[in-house]
Amino acid sequence: MNIHEYQARELFHKFGVASPGGKSASTPEEAEQIAAQLGVTQIVVKAQIHAGGRGKGVFKNGFKGGVHLCHTPAEVRHLAEQMLGQVLVTNQTGPEGRLVSKLLVAEAVDISRELYFALLFDRAISAPMIIASTEGGMDIEAVAEHTPEKIIRVPVDPLLGLQPYQTRKIAAALGLRGSLMTQATKLFTALYKTYTETDCTLVEVNPLVVTPDNRLLALDAKFNFDDNALYRQPAVVAMRDKAEEDPREVAASEFNLNYIGLDGNIACLVNGAGLAMATMDIIQHFGGKPANFLDVGGGATKEQVSAAFKIILGDKSVQGILVNIFGGIMDCDVIAHGIVDAARETGLSLPLVVRLEGNNVEAGKRTLANSSISLQSATTMAEGAQKIVAAVHAA
Amino acid sequence: MAILVTPQTRILVQGITGSFGAKHAQLSLDYGTQLVAGVTPGKGGQFFEHNGHKVPVFDTVEEAARETGATVSAVFVPPPFAADAILECADAGLALVVAITEGIPINDMIRVKHKMRGSSTRLIGPNCPGLVTPGEGEHSHGGCRIGIAPGYIHKKGNVGVVSRSGTLTYEAVFQLTSRGYGQSTCVGIGGDPVNGTSHLDVLKMFNEDPETEAIIMIGEIGGTAEEEAAAWAGAHCKKPIAGFIAGTTAPPGRRMGHAGAIVSGGQGTAAGKIAALEAAGIAIADTPSVMAETLLRKWGKL
Repeated sequence: MNIHEYQARELFHKFGVASPGGKSASTPEEAEQIAAQLGVTQIVVKAQIHAGGRGKGVFKNGFKGGVHLCHTPAEVRHLAEQMLGQVLVTNQTGPEGRLVSKLLVAEAVDISRELYFALLFDRAISAPMIIASTEGGMDIEAVAEHTPEKIIRVPVDPLLGLQPYQTRKIAAALGLRGSLMTQATKLFTALYKTYTETDCTLVEVNPLVVTPDNRLLALDAKFNFDDNALYRQPAVVAMRDKAEEDPREVAASEFNLNYIGLDGNIACLVNGAGLAMATMDIIQHFGGKPANFLDVGGGATKEQVSAAFKIILGDKSVQGILVNIFGGIMDCDVIAHGIVDAARETGLSLPLVVRLEGNNVEAGKRTLANSSISLQSATTMAEGAQKIVAAVHAA
Repeated sequence: MAILVTPQTRILVQGITGSFGAKHAQLSLDYGTQLVAGVTPGKGGQFFEHNGHKVPVFDTVEEAARETGATVSAVFVPPPFAADAILECADAGLALVVAITEGIPINDMIRVKHKMRGSSTRLIGPNCPGLVTPGEGEHSHGGCRIGIAPGYIHKKGNVGVVSRSGTLTYEAVFQLTSRGYGQSTCVGIGGDPVNGTSHLDVLKMFNEDPETEAIIMIGEIGGTAEEEAAAWAGAHCKKPIAGFIAGTTAPPGRRMGHAGAIVSGGQGTAAGKIAALEAAGIAIADTPSVMAETLLRKWGKL
């Protein structure tokens, strides 16, 4: 799950991570008010969408730029009038762009140094890892590749938490001395608290800046949250912006289905994540292009199968469907009835290949054969994939 | 011998009175597994009854192990309580804890993993189908089934199977059994990014197990566990291995169902894993339909 920049700032304020003052605005009046309250002479106004490349983006009304610097509340209002309610197109949004319904209005700080600081879940050591660098504001992967000596790595013992000496070690490596070292210890500790208490898998501050008046501030941040922990993070869940997500994936999540849209034309419906991935792979192996990943889970119900069909068919590029079920425990006949009902309800006219194997498979195959639905049966995954690829090519 | 568990192993189920735990406890009892105890806090003294079996339920793992001689636990408790349930098994000194639960927060699992370092208790999973050592009866009846795998598709034999995915494991087992080749033990290590037992751990056990003659190893995108296992196998494993890696077509940066199945920062790609396996002399199945066939060729049976 991703969040907006203004929401990241809100988390920082809540956990005491030093960052420039600012708030989100939904109307030009609100934007003007926030600017007035800030009481500063340099203000930045930023369109709040999840996609990057905002600064160089262009609004569909012709207004240029999703990020602007200005000096007075009146200017902020004037900018907000041209940005709010408009669609911003950036190199990451695709041509359809994204509707801007909120702006971040914040203090624009002068910068004397740009640093990089991230806390992330490191799978190799099963623990949080801090990655820091003196090369802030840049693509950190490029820094790691070309100048690995400029990357500092400090693992955190999850049973102890981040220790003060570790924060000083990082500060020293970043050249943060004197009062900046004290600020760094406070800021890194607050970031670690943010990371653990909101169940993040990534908090990336880029850049972390030093101002000419010697303030250490987190300027821009990227958060990733652990989906498994959302049940205990209602405040994080409340930050979810479904308008920023693929509508098919939002619909799927409402039925507890795991769906990811791809750009091919052969849809698949599978039980189990590993088998679902392997089904995409085998479609490609036999010359087709998978349209999606879809795992209906180990104990799929008739309702889920039906919902899955509707989501698949909502994708207009789909030209054929492969159902691949290995029913170890679940009854293949129940699945067969679900498929038949879903095909009827949706008036399915596309080629459909069903591979069923496992528990009570003979009854399931009879149910499919005796239905009036036009479909092909397959015994193995390879046979199923070959049949659907051939059917789509012939259509 | 099989690895980890034998048909004689006595197991307990944590969360036996929940619907998911109860259903699979029944299937294990039907399979002939020595399921000797259940644990549900607050329900100690009750019995879990099924088809003539009367399994005592205890309040704590320690009591269940002491009273029944159970040495292995299957964890079916919901995610918010699962980390605690796993640590309870380590505290009680069980030999093995198999965490079936899907959806345990990463922060909980990293604490469990660090706490269990140096413990004599082995963890398999979480988010795994469990393990099966097939029995000698009809449809492998009488074996040790821990978790959620369909027992009847197995057959007692000499192939070891290790996998991160449940349904792909069943696919491989079904192919083997259909061709008349049985399994020593099938181990689902789970689809989470933090797990207890790795591909490498299981390969080492299969390598030492006299009953295991050949191995199928199934991996998927995300992490580097398959590469590490392959590097070791190339240098040390005496037995033929066939491998399959799922996720060739998975887009980078997206989590493919399993919490651990994600390509990030160019790490954990299917292509990289396949290359590592091939470099180690592991025969790659081009599609999941030919996992058994690929092994049998490598093994000289075809």
